[in-house]
Amino acid sequence: MEFQLQRKSKTRAFRNFLHRYPTVIPAVTLAIAVGLFALIVGERFFSPFNLTLVMQQVTIIGLLGIAQTLVILTAGIDLSVGVIMILSSVVMGRVSVTYGLPVELALFLGLATGFLCGLFNGLLVALIRLPPFIVTLGTWSVYGAIIYLVSRSETIRAQQIEDTAPFLQWTGNMIRLEGGAVITYGTILLLVVAAAVWYLLNRSSYGRHIYATGDEPDAARLAGIKTARTLIFVYVLCGVLCALAGWVLIGRIGAVSPLGNQTANLDAITAVVIGGTSLFGGRGSIIGTLMGALIVGVFRNGLALAGLDVLWQEFSVGLLIIAAVTIDQWVRKMSA
Amino acid sequence: MKPQAILEARSLEKYYGSVVAMDGADFDLYRGEILAVIGDNGAGKSTLIKALSGAVIPDSGQILLDGKPVHFRSPLDARNAGIETVYQTLALSPALSIADNMFLGRELHSGGTFGRMLGNMNMRQMRNQARDMLNELGLTTIQDINQPVETLSGGQRQGIAVARAAAFASQVIILDEPTAALGVKESLLVLKLIRDVRDRGISIVLISHNMPHVFEIADRIHIHRMGRRGAVVDPKKITMSDAVAIMTGALTVDDTAEKQA
Amino acid sequence: MTAIFKGAVCAAAMAASLLSAGIAAAQDRPIVGFITKTEGNPFFVAMRLGAEQMAEELDLDLRSFAARSSDDNESQVQAIENLIAAGAIGIAIVPNDEAAIVPAVERAREAGLLVISLNTALVPAEAADATFTTDNRAGGILIGEWARAHLGDAADTARIAMLDAAENQGLVDVERDQGFMEGFGIDVKDPNRWGDEEDERICGHAMTLGSEAGGRTAMETLLQQCPDITVVYTVNEPAAAGAYQALRAVGKDDGSVTIVSFDGGCPGVADVADGVIGATTQQYPLLMASMALEAIKEFAETGERPEPTPGLDFFNTGTTLVTDAPVDGVESIDTTAAMEICWG
Repeated sequence: MEFQLQRKSKTRAFRNFLHRYPTVIPAVTLAIAVGLFALIVGERFFSPFNLTLVMQQVTIIGLLGIAQTLVILTAGIDLSVGVIMILSSVVMGRVSVTYGLPVELALFLGLATGFLCGLFNGLLVALIRLPPFIVTLGTWSVYGAIIYLVSRSETIRAQQIEDTAPFLQWTGNMIRLEGGAVITYGTILLLVVAAAVWYLLNRSSYGRHIYATGDEPDAARLAGIKTARTLIFVYVLCGVLCALAGWVLIGRIGAVSPLGNQTANLDAITAVVIGGTSLFGGRGSIIGTLMGALIVGVFRNGLALAGLDVLWQEFSVGLLIIAAVTIDQWVRKMSA
Repeated sequence: MKPQAILEARSLEKYYGSVVAMDGADFDLYRGEILAVIGDNGAGKSTLIKALSGAVIPDSGQILLDGKPVHFRSPLDARNAGIETVYQTLALSPALSIADNMFLGRELHSGGTFGRMLGNMNMRQMRNQARDMLNELGLTTIQDINQPVETLSGGQRQGIAVARAAAFASQVIILDEPTAALGVKESLLVLKLIRDVRDRGISIVLISHNMPHVFEIADRIHIHRMGRRGAVVDPKKITMSDAVAIMTGALTVDDTAEKQA
Repeated sequence: MTAIFKGAVCAAAMAASLLSAGIAAAQDRPIVGFITKTEGNPFFVAMRLGAEQMAEELDLDLRSFAARSSDDNESQVQAIENLIAAGAIGIAIVPNDEAAIVPAVERAREAGLLVISLNTALVPAEAADATFTTDNRAGGILIGEWARAHLGDAADTARIAMLDAAENQGLVDVERDQGFMEGFGIDVKDPNRWGDEEDERICGHAMTLGSEAGGRTAMETLLQQCPDITVVYTVNEPAAAGAYQALRAVGKDDGSVTIVSFDGGCPGVADVADGVIGATTQQYPLLMASMALEAIKEFAETGERPEPTPGLDFFNTGTTLVTDAPVDGVESIDTTAAMEICWG
């Protein structure tokens, strides 16, 4: 059967190329950013120590970004990732330090907290079919309020944790390599999680179902995919990954604080978008998100070392977001 | 000898409140034929088709597959029984590749029980089988099995959807308006594809509004009217305008028989 | 699905009945409004607790509000409007935006309410009937003087990291920062802005948002710029705790770097006792809140407005330096004493 092959202009071929290899743009952006700052800032930026420092700084954003990527692939969004992270870390700290229970139990309960938060989001989205934006806007407030209830707005200090439950700070342990590079256990955990989720998305049928559910839910249903179950699975996994990020957060700041990391939520969405994942669902990758997180980290770190105002850091990250979304729109137009 | 029915329905009824969608509808699809189903809008043909493909559960009546009664509670049930449906929307996932789409929802796994638990896909086998199937059906212009479906033309997409159905259907394929969105040339190619699939021994139900297409490929035509089977006609023995007249109720089958006599 | 829905309806109905019961219980006593930034910050929670205690003592009907986030002006405006409508006699508010809240405050004062700004003055300060706050500049000077005396001669060759809260240079943020510099003996140039100083000893300013995570990242950035840092000023104690983690990661938790901070919350005082923070300035949010309530009650009964501390344009609720390494010339209390009066 000889269907007419579509005429391929150069732009169309390029668009096809971007569609097939969506991580090319973040990869190129990252390479350019690193090269640029290496030129401008020099040794202080382009040293093994500083480059690994950037990795430490983006570890939490990377984990939240991976969690967020899963949800965004289903054409949803989870505004509650930041508060789930903090709530889980508060539970871990409270259980082990305040109530003196075994730290393994504390870690488990923290992860269970993330599981339950994700399950609640997922049930509302998949079964009651509320828009994810609204659901997680609501649970953002709900979980946020629970943080204050559980923590009583108190900080658990690093020294207290060190004395009673040092395992909570395990993710902050460091491996010092030659040349000054420093890798934390948290960063390694991030890479392990990224590999696992990459496998899930690219090599397992569950991953195919996640993409299909986000891309064209009706088609997915007709193909026999249980889309509601897929959605619940995604939100639950997202919640658990946020809880894991909560553990890494304790390793990073040493303490358990209800104030936590207020910008983490938006930074994670930023990493996902800059990493080339489409907010319309069905397209995107974990590797892209990791690179998105690194791009944000490199810009923040590089511009700060170059002595630029914080304002310019925000400015440039904002431009990156707009550019990323524009490219996504352009690539998506292909199907129309 | 009476031809053997593969898919039958007897006295199906379906009510939506006080609206009667099926009013004692009968249906017979013979082995190895292309049966076209035509009917005016609102005649209830889509409810009939949904009942046959498992998307609608009839209030009463019986569906028989290969002579045995079946009760479909979902499209998945019908699919597992060997009835594939190609929806008008095609039910393809545009961002996924051709191979992914052909195996969507029934991916092949490798690595034994553990691999199945992990959902570990056998990607090479899926790619090879998909390519083989396309080649078998002569869809040779599609070279790259990893190409996303959205980069294909409308006809090519229809081809993928039909090929997917043909790959998995052991008994029956139901095609809903396969040519509605296509140009002349692509329509003809899709019709040829349907005939090829029929020649492989699969029975086909074709729903279409396009009378020339129906008359070109159907072996028999089921005319649905007022929630039930109005008539079954032979496209070689009836004119297109008479078929339309029966469909709208302007003629009865007896009238046409008189005309022929 | 319906079960979940029913559950939600039940929960909503219960919440509504609890609310109405609460409203019914609180009648006849004079209403006083108490508006804070967010429930998230222990500082404001301590304030609210102080206010609740005092309200009990003075037999006032305390209505507490908190904004959703620390940059949310609108919900504070709504809280003021609701309090005017409820017939409150006065409001104590910790403004999120010192200037943007002014029109709402004016409306409240026109309606006869006494409005006291807590923790920071409004812009202009006269927009409120009174300001009850810590003298942040004086508090900054305390830790600056202490750091200078503590370092001795090394103060002349010190390298200083300034960890502020936010880029917008809010009033409290600036006063603490510039107060510290002044106390340390650095020419601050414009005392209402940071960043214009030319002293070589200042390595740079980085923003922490007053949180642990922000403190760590900000410290890491400044360490990259000046690996030889010896003094770290932090805007509050969570930022100090985060900065300490960054120092520890590069082995600078050996006493070679002195951290000073501000607040005197219980975790912060404990950090001073543990040697994480060298000295911190303690302030008294409970006092701010309880004194404000007393002033409002006084005004309702006698019509007398609170007077500012002589020589200042606000009522100073006081600051004390907390350290276990006291120096000559700067009055201080040790961590044991501070622990007894700390908040949060």
